[in-house]
Amino acid sequence: MKRSKPTNSVTHNSRRAPPEINSVRQLRELQRVMSNALFRPLTPRWGMQKRWTDGSAMADVASEFIKPNDRLSSFERLEIYNRQYWFRVLDCLYDDYPGLRAVVGERKFLKLARAYLARYPSDSYTLRDLGSRLEKFLHDEPNWSAPRQELALDMVRFEWAQVVAFDGPAEEPITPDEILDTPPDKLKLRLQPYLSLLELDFEVDDFLIAIKKRDSDALRGEASNAMNAAPKAHRRRRRVRFPKRSKIHLAVHRHDNMLYYMRLDADAFAVLRLLGRDLTVEAACVEVVSQSARTEIDWPKQIKEWFDTWSTLGWFCRA
Amino acid sequence: MPANPFNGYTDYGIGIGLRVPHYRHILAKKPVVDWFEIISENFMVDGGRPLEVLDAILEQYRVVQHGVAIYFGSADKFNREHLRRLKRLVKYTKTPWLSDHLCWGSVDGRYTHDLLPMPYTFAVARHTAEKIRAARDFLEVPICVENVSSYAEYHASEMTEWEFLTEVSELADCGILLDVNNIYVSSQNHNFNPYDYLNNIPHHRVGQMHIAGHSKFEKYILDTHDHPVLDPVWKMYAHAIKLIGPTATLLEWDDRIPSFDEVHNEALKANKFRDAQLAASTA
Repeated sequence: MKRSKPTNSVTHNSRRAPPEINSVRQLRELQRVMSNALFRPLTPRWGMQKRWTDGSAMADVASEFIKPNDRLSSFERLEIYNRQYWFRVLDCLYDDYPGLRAVVGERKFLKLARAYLARYPSDSYTLRDLGSRLEKFLHDEPNWSAPRQELALDMVRFEWAQVVAFDGPAEEPITPDEILDTPPDKLKLRLQPYLSLLELDFEVDDFLIAIKKRDSDALRGEASNAMNAAPKAHRRRRRVRFPKRSKIHLAVHRHDNMLYYMRLDADAFAVLRLLGRDLTVEAACVEVVSQSARTEIDWPKQIKEWFDTWSTLGWFCRA
Repeated sequence: MPANPFNGYTDYGIGIGLRVPHYRHILAKKPVVDWFEIISENFMVDGGRPLEVLDAILEQYRVVQHGVAIYFGSADKFNREHLRRLKRLVKYTKTPWLSDHLCWGSVDGRYTHDLLPMPYTFAVARHTAEKIRAARDFLEVPICVENVSSYAEYHASEMTEWEFLTEVSELADCGILLDVNNIYVSSQNHNFNPYDYLNNIPHHRVGQMHIAGHSKFEKYILDTHDHPVLDPVWKMYAHAIKLIGPTATLLEWDDRIPSFDEVHNEALKANKFRDAQLAASTA
C-alpha cells in the first residue's frame, strides 16, 4: 500500500538528549527529545523513521540516551514506544470517528489521522479530547478529506457533538412549571452545556446510523478474532451510500444518560439558537415567527409544543 | 502489610478493575467483589453515563482510584485542571488511597498517553518525590506509586529501578503499588533478577499490589493485560506476599476482556497465596 511520506510533528525538533540528568532542566530536555521521537509518524511499514529531524541517523540519536541490550538496539527499544504511541492514538480516533472514517475511506482516514496528530499532538490528559481540533484541522487543510470536504466537516462536527453529549456538563434543568410561572417577555433560558445545535448540509445522522449498523453486523460475523499488533484498518466492508446534500438541523443531546440526536425544523432550530444568544423567550419567538416563510400554521400551538418537548427533555436551564 | 498508612489502614482483599464490557453484568447481577479499582481519568468528567455508572457502583462496592496521567516524573508542573478534577473525584468516591505511576508521559503540555520510564538519578528522584508530596498535600489522600513495565533504559541512570523506587518513596514518604507483573516484564526486558527487586524495596510501604498477564514476543515482553496471569508472575506474587503480607491485590485485564466471571475467578486465584501466608503467619 502506498502511504504518504512521513512528516515531522510541530515540536522542539533539533534537540539532542543530555548525557546526564542532574537537574529538572536536563530532565525536560530528555523528555522533549524522547517525546519528539514518539510523536514522529511511523514509516509505511509501521517502523520508526531512520532519520532524525536534523538529518542525522536516528540510530545514533537513540544510542545517545537509550541503552541497547543483548537483543535490541537503542533504536529498536525506542521504536517500541514510537509504535505504541501511534497505535494507541490511531486506534482511539479510529474508534471515536467511524462516520469520518466512512466518509473519507479507511486508508485515507489513516493518512488523515496521522497528519492531524502530527499537526496537533494531544494537549489533554484524556484521550476523550483527542479529536477536539479535527474540525479546525479539516477546515484548514481540506486536502485530507478531498473530494468530500464538506461532508467530512459536517460529520466531524456531528461526531464531536456526540462526545460532548456523552459526558459533558449538565446544569439543573428548569421545570415546565417554572417556565410557565415567568412571563415570556422576562423569561431567559440557557441551553444545557451538553446540547449541541448543528446546521448541516448533509444527512449525516442517517448515514452514521447505517454505518454503525453495518459495523455491528460485521463484528458479529468476526466473532472474537481480536487484533493485536497494529491499528485497526483495512477491513473490507459493505459500502453504504453517501448521504445526499440536504440541509438538516440537528440537536445532539442526552436523556437519561443515553445519547440521542433529534432533527428539528428550521424555525424550531432558530428559536433554540436565539435562546442561546441571550434573547428572551418572547423575543426569540417573535423574531423567528416574523421571519418564517410558513403561513399555514397555528404559531401559539406550535411554540407550546416545542417548549413542552424541550423542557420535558431537560434542555433548558435558567439564564 | 495488609493495613498501613499508605492504603488508609484498610484491608481490602482481592479486587478487579472496573471495565466497560462488565458494566451491565455488575449492575444487573451485583456479584460479590471485595473492591473495584477505577481509572480516575475515565470518571473525571462533568456528567453523563460515566458518573451514573459510578454512582451505582459506589452504592454497592468499595472503590479505589488508580490514575494514568498525573505523571509524577514529568519535568512539567502539574496540570492544575487535572488535579482539581482529581480532587473532586477523590471526595466523591472517598477512595482510601490513590495510586498512579512512577513515570512520565507529558512535556511542554503535550501528552504521549503512555507510561514512560524515568531516568534513575538522584536529581530526578528528588523532583519526583516533591511532586508526589505536593499532590498528596493537595488531594489530601495517601498516594501509592506504581512501578511501570518498561522496554528501554537510559544511559543517564545512576541506580537500579528498585533503588529508584525506594529513593522516591522514602523521600516522598509515600506508598508503593507493587505491580508484580511489571517487575517480571521489565526483568525479562532488562536482564535483571526480579527477586532482587522484590527483596530490596521497602516492604512496609506497599499499600497495594497488581497482577496481570503479558505477551511474549521474540525479543521482548509486552505488558498487554490481555491474558490470565502467567506462572512466573504467580510465583513472584507468592514470594511478595511472604515478604509483605497479604496486601490488597488487583487483577488488571484491559484488552480482549473475557466475561466478568472469568476475570473475577482469575483474580480470586490470589486468595490461595494470601490464605497460605495467613495460615503460616498464625501457625
